[in-house]
Amino acid sequence: MFQRILSSDSELIVFERDVSDLFFSNVPEDDIKQMNEWPMVQVANPVLFGIVSSPGHPIITCFGITPQDARIQNADWQSGTRADFGKDPRGVALGARAAAFMHANVGSQVSIGHEMFPVAGILKTANGFEDGGVFMPLAAAGNFFHKEGVVSVATVKLKNKEDRAAFKRAVEEKFPKLIALENEEFSRSYSQFKILKATAWAVGLCGLMLGGLGVANTMIMSVFTRIREIAILRVNGFSRVQIAVLIFGESAVVSLTGAVAGLSLGTVCIWILKFIPDLNGYIEGRWQPEVALVVTLLACATGIAGALYPAIYAVRIRAVEALRFE
Amino acid sequence: MNAMATPTDNQKFVLQAKDVWKSYDNKMVNVLNGVDFAARASETIALCGPSGCGKSTLLHVLGGLDTLDNGQVFINGTALKSDGSELHRLRHEIGFVFQLHNLIPDLTLEENCLIPTVAAGTKRSEARERLMQLVKRTGLAHRLGHRIQKLSGGERQRTALCRALMNRPKILLADEPTGALDERTRTQVFDLLLELVATEKITLVMATHDRTLAERCDRIALMRDGKILGI
Repeated sequence: MFQRILSSDSELIVFERDVSDLFFSNVPEDDIKQMNEWPMVQVANPVLFGIVSSPGHPIITCFGITPQDARIQNADWQSGTRADFGKDPRGVALGARAAAFMHANVGSQVSIGHEMFPVAGILKTANGFEDGGVFMPLAAAGNFFHKEGVVSVATVKLKNKEDRAAFKRAVEEKFPKLIALENEEFSRSYSQFKILKATAWAVGLCGLMLGGLGVANTMIMSVFTRIREIAILRVNGFSRVQIAVLIFGESAVVSLTGAVAGLSLGTVCIWILKFIPDLNGYIEGRWQPEVALVVTLLACATGIAGALYPAIYAVRIRAVEALRFE
Repeated sequence: MNAMATPTDNQKFVLQAKDVWKSYDNKMVNVLNGVDFAARASETIALCGPSGCGKSTLLHVLGGLDTLDNGQVFINGTALKSDGSELHRLRHEIGFVFQLHNLIPDLTLEENCLIPTVAAGTKRSEARERLMQLVKRTGLAHRLGHRIQKLSGGERQRTALCRALMNRPKILLADEPTGALDERTRTQVFDLLLELVATEKITLVMATHDRTLAERCDRIALMRDGKILGI
């Protein structure tokens, strides 16, 4: 869910080294102040993440941010103005989805944890995860989550993008407990993403194996129920190679049909999910030709592997014996 | 006419078997016990003998459908080996007709007949031309698009005959080709079979129990206990 954390306009994220989740990361605000003084840094914004529950809403994600944060500046404000954020030290801005499920308007009070907060504005961001959250002034968030003086991460925008490597080295030297990563590096290395990717691969491999077994089963049934027909083909001049080509060809057609149907169904499902308000921003549908190609090739490979045993069985059918069966 | 062949006769005979042995179940059941057999071009030979004497097995090994334990089979002078491209090529020179028509029921008459031409890689237009020629001669032209289930027994057997002749084979091996037909249809189909092999100059080797049909062939080979007793 942090995959688009840098979607504002920053290039790097700084957080505590070796934490399993950004919610547990502690970055001292003093360190961020020092970073802001580095000549290569345009701005380093502190962000504090926290999760609370309130009556009827077991999980509410809170973002403690400064009024200068790009999330506040770039958001589409549906009620209130970006200038209002932070004027009231306890005034919170709600993501559009959060405002909807909390039935809140500007001026009303919302229950977050065991406290009540006034609503200073309602905003819509491009990120569905943020859209379902609550934006608090940083000081209020620190107080609420008992994290005075520390935040979860710093999102950093550099004056010159070429200085990314230098910035990372500087963080490593001056703040050994912290780590700076670029967006892609963060996506690759963040443990939750790793788990998600591993899960996706595991599910994919299971799907592939099930697909292979499905094709093999289909082709075995196809061969077993047509032993006599295969024998007739053999008697009428079909060579073993021609029989094998027939079986593999049929398997390829089955597999390719499955691949096309799967790709179409997947595309339609993703397209539909995009229009479900609760998932808005969480799912981003992209048509990638290389993925479609890999899926198609994998389907072909699965088809060939699945048809191997049926093909071997088919070419070994002894025509004269098979023709004796009725 | 003596059908027993000598090695130097290979080129003279269209089909020749030399000292052919065949057994099943790890040689527990001996089916062919040193069979010598030869057929010249365009002649018709009936294989007669009691059930289990090896008539069908001999047809199968002559056509390369079954392997030999010992001996050799020659087709147009070329030794038939149990595998390889040569067997595939020679198979197209042999047509088979069985007692049961052995047609694919889900296909139409036309599709069934085109199977051997697909195997042989014949051009579609040539195959169609040949098919039209054969269905006209066998009186099946009006049944081309019909599925096999819709055909009568006689029509099915005539379809099987058409299919066997699609690749213009030099040899036709028929295993009780009229065995499953009533007497009237049997005579009609057999008349047609003889007419076709005569006009196409095909060598016919036919296994049959029907003495009347056998006597209409050029020669009769009598089989017993896996041997040809006389011809």
